[in-house]
Amino acid sequence: MNRLRLATTWLDGCSGCHMSLLDLDEALLDILAGVEMVYGPLVDVKDFPARADVTLVEGAVGSEADRRHILEIRERTGILVSFGDCAVTANVPAMRNRFPVEAVIARAYVDNADRHPAAGDGAAAERPAFAFTGVPRLCPTARPVHEFVPVDVFVPGCPPAAAVIAWLLTELVAGRTPEIGGRSRFGA
Amino acid sequence: MSPEFPKKVRSDLNPSRVLTFRIDGRDVSARADESILIVARQNGIAIPTLCHLDGLSERGACRLCIVEIKGSARLQPACVTYPRQDMEVVTTSERVVAYRRKILELLFTERNHVCSVCVSNGHCELQDLAVELGVSHVRYPYLYPGYPVDASHERFCVDHNRCVLCLRCVRVCDEIEGAHTWDVMGRGITSQVIIDLNQPWGTSETCTSCGKCVQVCPTGALTEKGRSVAEISRRRRFLPYLQMMRERRDER
Amino acid sequence: MILHSEDLHRIARDEQDRRDGFRHQVHVCMAAGCLSCGSGEVKQALEAEVARRGLAGRCQVKGVGCLGLCAAGPLVAVDDGATRYQGVQAADAAAIVDALGGSPVERLRCSGDMAFFQRQTRIVTENCGRIDPERIEEYIAAAGYHGLHRALTGMSRQEVIDEVGHSGLRGRGGAGFPAGLKWTAVAKAGDSLKFVICNADEGDPGAFMDRSVLESDPHRVIEGMAIAGYAIGASQGFIYVRAEYPLAVKRVRHALAQAERLGLLGNGIFHTPFTFHIKVRLGAGAFVCGEETALIASIEGRMGRPRPRPPFPAEFGLWEHPTLINNVETFANVAPIIRNGAAWFSAIGTEKSRGTKVFALAGKVVNTGLIEVPMGTTLRDIVFEIGGGIPGGRRFKAVQTGGPSGGCIPSQFLDMPVDYESLAQVGSIMGSGGMIVIDDSACMVDVARFFMEFCMTESCGKCVPCRVGTRQIHDLLARITAGQATPADQATLEDLCDLVRHTSLCGLGQSSPNPVLTTLKYFRDEYHAHIHERRCLAGACSAAGEVV
Repeated sequence: MNRLRLATTWLDGCSGCHMSLLDLDEALLDILAGVEMVYGPLVDVKDFPARADVTLVEGAVGSEADRRHILEIRERTGILVSFGDCAVTANVPAMRNRFPVEAVIARAYVDNADRHPAAGDGAAAERPAFAFTGVPRLCPTARPVHEFVPVDVFVPGCPPAAAVIAWLLTELVAGRTPEIGGRSRFGA
Repeated sequence: MSPEFPKKVRSDLNPSRVLTFRIDGRDVSARADESILIVARQNGIAIPTLCHLDGLSERGACRLCIVEIKGSARLQPACVTYPRQDMEVVTTSERVVAYRRKILELLFTERNHVCSVCVSNGHCELQDLAVELGVSHVRYPYLYPGYPVDASHERFCVDHNRCVLCLRCVRVCDEIEGAHTWDVMGRGITSQVIIDLNQPWGTSETCTSCGKCVQVCPTGALTEKGRSVAEISRRRRFLPYLQMMRERRDER
Repeated sequence: MILHSEDLHRIARDEQDRRDGFRHQVHVCMAAGCLSCGSGEVKQALEAEVARRGLAGRCQVKGVGCLGLCAAGPLVAVDDGATRYQGVQAADAAAIVDALGGSPVERLRCSGDMAFFQRQTRIVTENCGRIDPERIEEYIAAAGYHGLHRALTGMSRQEVIDEVGHSGLRGRGGAGFPAGLKWTAVAKAGDSLKFVICNADEGDPGAFMDRSVLESDPHRVIEGMAIAGYAIGASQGFIYVRAEYPLAVKRVRHALAQAERLGLLGNGIFHTPFTFHIKVRLGAGAFVCGEETALIASIEGRMGRPRPRPPFPAEFGLWEHPTLINNVETFANVAPIIRNGAAWFSAIGTEKSRGTKVFALAGKVVNTGLIEVPMGTTLRDIVFEIGGGIPGGRRFKAVQTGGPSGGCIPSQFLDMPVDYESLAQVGSIMGSGGMIVIDDSACMVDVARFFMEFCMTESCGKCVPCRVGTRQIHDLLARITAGQATPADQATLEDLCDLVRHTSLCGLGQSSPNPVLTTLKYFRDEYHAHIHERRCLAGACSAAGEVV
């Protein structure tokens, strides 16, 4: 029997959903027997493979890079799973949505920075403007994955409980497309 | 200022009349002044609600309790619809279940319900409804409005980002506490609950700080200070009791 | 002072004598449309010119209500419509007075003399443009308050209701509920205290029928309400009129004071036991207050938001008492029905829609204005004959009836008779009578977006489907017109329209998707072009064309 080609990815999120996945502990071993991890933060693969049976997407779409990434993933994936609240609802990343991107950046990297290398340590007077050099440009708003690409399975939860993930993966390995029903909820 | 709902009970319903009708194929009996919702609950038939709360006047506004009535094309909210003899009510048809789900999804898009960082996480009627109605995601675009948080009251806090405009706070303040500190301003999508004439809660001279509004809030919009994520709990048993005492007083 | 029937006849006779004393009548339209383009100055200039020539005893210059052809104001009618002038300025006064009794001033002559005026049948607007709305004597001379007299002194309450019932009159506010049935329901309600409410909260974009009637002939509405009060057993009426109609408010208040002075309102009218008072209540600009339960809440001093029905106002209305609510035009039909009989009225119109309907003809049509036609007149007659067709050599595309609750009717239905059933069949409604003509320069998706924006901002916010649904629908339409929508968005749009239509609390929400649904039905190609080809077929949407 072919093992399930499983990819995971992590967009605009906190990695908590991946942590919850690791929380499966020894149950993970049983599930992994039917799984080949082909991509994701848990394995050392640089490029998304030509084909994955299932991709678990953690995080909202918050930057241009996220957007390009999710479009590529959708093309190369059989079953796309919105994995956790950030992917399903945009959750905490979306809390910035009511502010302009510039204000968000300034708050995070300028106002709250205690060191401004350009101005020397401790000098708050000179506040350099933030430039998007070498980092992905933020979209005006962070939005759920399904606003960009069709999603096959939604798993709400912040993060989804390990038991739910175990159930989810077992179903997927068995070749079924699971319906989450009331097993998990927003904010769980 | 005065509330939007009439206070008098309906004079066109005869409380001494008893009738029988059917809910989901089951024969039930009811007093003519008991709503379909009340009779359904008496018979263990669950109909989802949000703006309804035992002890407060009905609004018929959230539309989650809509039911089908055989022979009528129009869907009716169970909380303000009264049975007629031999009426046939259907509470779980595919059609109404689908509509309820969509209405709930619309509510989630309206404000910023970020469950994971909410005081009410795990104690929230909106969350529970999502589970009950099988809402695993929201199909409509989130609106992400910018609403303020008013923490000027020494004990309580209002976060408009989590308000669903059920107006339980307005009703409990007016009908039970008798202070009428809360009301609602604006219309349509810009409606907002307000304190007195839209001023910071802490500056209100009508608020008695009784906290009833906080106890009846279904979401994390009204909270007690000093509670962190998922820490709130609501105590509502006072409501039917107060209402009962009040009705007794009226009878005397 | 309380009038006897002889007094009524004496006032009418005196007024007739007074009018007969003048050889010429010059009527200047003093309704809001003409006033706004200077008819007040025209009237002053004409009066000055008449006085200067010493003609004051022979030529009467009179301010009257709406002359109908609002597009061409200020309007002046000479000798009861024998000659009509349009676009009159104060400087034209001398020329008009010169022409009295001779050949008319050709350069000012109304080009719409033909069909616009001749194809109409006037019941509701019979006095519009004929009488001075600020003088009760003129209304009485035009058989005014004779209907009330007849009802009070010669008919039982039941006979009045039967007369209205047999006439086939249906509510002119939108839904077309049979007036006789409604009156019967309120009359039968077991309560000693009842109310009559006239709904003058006309709020549809492009609609101005009720405003014109109140400005031109307020007593007609008052008389209709008094007759209704007698029939159902009410002694108190309210006219709920929007504050945006200051002139209508002023004239109604003036008319009420006159009627009270003559004892046509008050205690023991015409020396019968019937007592009736009317108060004016101003709306504060909320469209939803045209919905009857919201209107009642507003009169009570509560927030103007609808409540679920039943109970209906007929049994549980103003301050929980049985209440009859009809719209301005409905009440305006009552006095003529009592005066001339049900048979006379029911001979006009179609089998299910009796009488006439007043329409506010607006949009891309030559003769913008107020018209009254028998029910069953075809859209083609209204738009092309009476309306004079589409200006600027453009082509007819659709006509929007019923305001934001109505729909867009395409050209294939131009020969459809306009009545309640036919309009409903094509997905629109009669509504209160707004009729907006749309030409081929308009994008129908954008038209739908406009009406949805109206519904979104006018939603009261009480029920979730209307409050959030209208916003979501509006946003989707905006995306489509901006050329940014996907086929999935169109599916969501249709899905949301279905939701809002079937789950909203009141008529505003339930009918708000109508403009979208009718344009989806009849102009689907325009939606398709925006979504699949990123272009606007009418070339009206600027953002379309950029592929996103």
